[in-house]
Amino acid sequence: MTVAVLEAPVVHHARRSELAYLLATAARSRRGALGLGLTLLVVVIAIIGPFVAPHSPTEFVTSPFAPPSPGVLLGGDSLGRDVLSRVLSGGWQLLLVAAAATALGVTVGAVAGIAAAYLSGWRDSAIMRVSDVILAFPQLVFALLMVSVVGPNVVLLVLAVGFSHAPQVARVLRATALDVSERDFVKAVQITGVKPTKVMRLEILPNLVSPLMVEIGLRMAYSIVIIAGLSFIGFGLQPPSPNWGSMINENRIGVTLNSWGTTVPCLLLAVLCVGLNTFTDAVARAALGTDRADRLLLTEALGESEGVTA
Amino acid sequence: MSVDTPSAEVPRLLVRDLTVVTSRSGAEVVQAVTLEIASGQVLGIVGESGSGKTTLGLALLGYARRGLRIDRGSIELDGKDLLSLPSGELRSARGSVVSYVPQDPGTALNPSRRVGPQLREALTIHGVNRRQAADRVTELLAEVGLESVPGILSAYPHQLSGGQQQRVVIAMAFACRPRLIVLDEPTTGLDVNTQRTVLDTVRSLCARYGVAAAYVSHDVAVVREISQRVAVVYSGRVVEIGPTEELFTSPQHPYTRGLLQAVPAADQSLVLTGMEGFPPRPGQRPPGCAFAPRCPVRIDQCMTERPALLPSGRAEHLARCHLVSSSHSLLPLPKRRASLGLTASATEASVISIVGLTAKYGTNVVLKGVDLHVAPGECLAVVGESGSGKTTFARCLSGLHLDWSGSIMFEDAAVPAGIKNRSKRVLQDIQYIFQNPYASLNPRRTIGSLIAQPLDQFGALSRNEKQQRTLASLDAVSLPPDFLDQYPDQLSGGERQRVAIARALVVEPRVLICDEITSALDVSVQASVVETLSTLQSEKHLSLVFITHNLPLVRSIAQRVVVLDQGVIVETGPTESVLDHPQADYTRVLLSAAPGEPDVW
Repeated sequence: MTVAVLEAPVVHHARRSELAYLLATAARSRRGALGLGLTLLVVVIAIIGPFVAPHSPTEFVTSPFAPPSPGVLLGGDSLGRDVLSRVLSGGWQLLLVAAAATALGVTVGAVAGIAAAYLSGWRDSAIMRVSDVILAFPQLVFALLMVSVVGPNVVLLVLAVGFSHAPQVARVLRATALDVSERDFVKAVQITGVKPTKVMRLEILPNLVSPLMVEIGLRMAYSIVIIAGLSFIGFGLQPPSPNWGSMINENRIGVTLNSWGTTVPCLLLAVLCVGLNTFTDAVARAALGTDRADRLLLTEALGESEGVTA
Repeated sequence: MSVDTPSAEVPRLLVRDLTVVTSRSGAEVVQAVTLEIASGQVLGIVGESGSGKTTLGLALLGYARRGLRIDRGSIELDGKDLLSLPSGELRSARGSVVSYVPQDPGTALNPSRRVGPQLREALTIHGVNRRQAADRVTELLAEVGLESVPGILSAYPHQLSGGQQQRVVIAMAFACRPRLIVLDEPTTGLDVNTQRTVLDTVRSLCARYGVAAAYVSHDVAVVREISQRVAVVYSGRVVEIGPTEELFTSPQHPYTRGLLQAVPAADQSLVLTGMEGFPPRPGQRPPGCAFAPRCPVRIDQCMTERPALLPSGRAEHLARCHLVSSSHSLLPLPKRRASLGLTASATEASVISIVGLTAKYGTNVVLKGVDLHVAPGECLAVVGESGSGKTTFARCLSGLHLDWSGSIMFEDAAVPAGIKNRSKRVLQDIQYIFQNPYASLNPRRTIGSLIAQPLDQFGALSRNEKQQRTLASLDAVSLPPDFLDQYPDQLSGGERQRVAIARALVVEPRVLICDEITSALDVSVQASVVETLSTLQSEKHLSLVFITHNLPLVRSIAQRVVVLDQGVIVETGPTESVLDHPQADYTRVLLSAAPGEPDVW
């Protein structure tokens, strides 16, 4: 036991705020710092971009697919608008919608997953079978289906992408919540007659911070890709306002004339997704560290005293 | 108790200056241990959690767990130093020349392979040919008393009981006739009866084949029974070593005395005293004697100067204490308690009365018509082996188990099965404490919020009132108020269990159900938890239902005992009369199997 305590002093920070601890540990690792750096780079471009763009993103400043020239640093796009300005202005909307979709998806998924795990029985089956049905559709196809039925609009886009995430999030959280629900501290609260919703919120949820963090990171990357993808095929964010997804589509026919209009949005999306995934990976590793330390403490403590004969 | 046989001239195992450090910080986990074990002898290694006894046990095999490293010292086995062997040779020596029996047989056996092949492999891997191996396996099974189990070789580990599994592991460990064997708490988690058989097996095998054995355990009673010599380990050092009987009857080190004061006896009711504080962590050990901060008889010299292992004046009995040679007043050995008595008068109505309680898991009937009652202010012990239904009984009472019939009355109201159907009053008045304090406290809540949680459930209190009740509760279990803002992982096992008790007490219940609450704790901690409960019981006129498999402990806490066997009450009565004059055969078996019970050999 002593050894475990000594070799894993991390838990003593973990308990304060697990969230802050996870993020801090992840950011301190080389992997996490790289991921965070890449992500922030793109996010900063998306946020301050509209304010520093030299032109309006919808202003015609040059001829279609004009090569770079002074004043129009990345050349013109398919309609002769400034590529640089469109790149700078085309990120925030995408990120905002992706964030909203992720928030929705993770929230719905988490609630469904935890409820399924904790309530068990027929309610578990009902929730998980519904999610299986949604899971049967590829995410992009599911979102496409919803958007193409009603027609593209931002709210619907958020709903479609969000709900396509929910079943996957639910699966992951159900698995971890099942484990937590069986622990004695949950029973200890149950036998005082506490309502299920309260047990889930106060006892189970706080112990699921690490899987939740990982899910948020992963789903955010997926959201961006899906929304950019939908925009690419014309069902996502609508013109004329710029976004990186539809820019790739608009400018691909002129890729031999001015390749910047395609490559820069591609590059930004790729860097963002790689960055998010790398950072999420670092968070998962940090979580694994605390988990392992927790488990080590537990087994060591029991290992040196009497075993459990339940 | 077996007689101490004089050791051979040349010890089989001679360990000198063995030091294990953490690979990162270099803190010493095991510090300069020197000891010897003669052939055929069992050396008990005793200590609390965190004393480094498990690390020492493993180091005897030339092994250090990940994160640790054997820094220096020598381990001479028949004159040959294990640590100077090349790593390949050391590896092949493990399992053949030296071997290990871990605590949990479940993790030592491969769950997906049958027992036979696993046993054979233990032999063939060290060069025994297949034919001979098959013969030896039969022999091995006979040695560990498993020859009569039908089809054991083709059974999977999960089809065997815990005791059978552990005997298979022991057979594997003895398979190649090792010269040294390290057993790390091999009987924890086993019933007293099974434990007895396993101990017998180990002892006879060691004696027969001249194996030097190190038996690592926190259980003083077990060690006293199996070993000829004992080393008491504290903070990574041997603080006292000597012949078993000699050491236990006249312990020289205050720590050993402290440990013994905490051990309940099977034949008499003792006032148990726990030790304050806990062992220092490696790297944070005080400059002088490591035990000094907890030592009740320390002198100034103890804080500054590290004592050496000094002879106590008796044969082969050494202790690491400045006071050994001087004439000082040692701690007294445990006192006999005046009878716990029956605090409840016969005329008082029962708090809980149970009639015909029958409980099932599916088609498996675990409790068969149990009738019992609990008087106000009394402690009723429910005793039995695992599988006796005692935990199910507790779960029925607490509302965690739903599938039962019969009637449970709390005072004058019937108690229904599920928590949902129970009135607030019943939920509040019957509180339940879980076995394992490492699992029963939410790691994400502060101690304050954990203790206050039931208060939110049973009535609206102002923030101020809540704070006061929480503090009062914390005080009742002898924890300081600054624990309020701590988290469970900052607490030791004993402190955690006190928090769990405080959480149950905060709503001022009438009945406390304690389900094996000390079985995950060290003896010294167990003693203080039990003392706390006893005090609470008399101060608050609480009724306790104390579920345990530990018979000696029952003596020190309960007024009445109920003995459960296979879901049936086989005996009930006042503690002393049941334990001194057991009527049922099963009670007698339980009693005779309890370690520490004299005159069995």
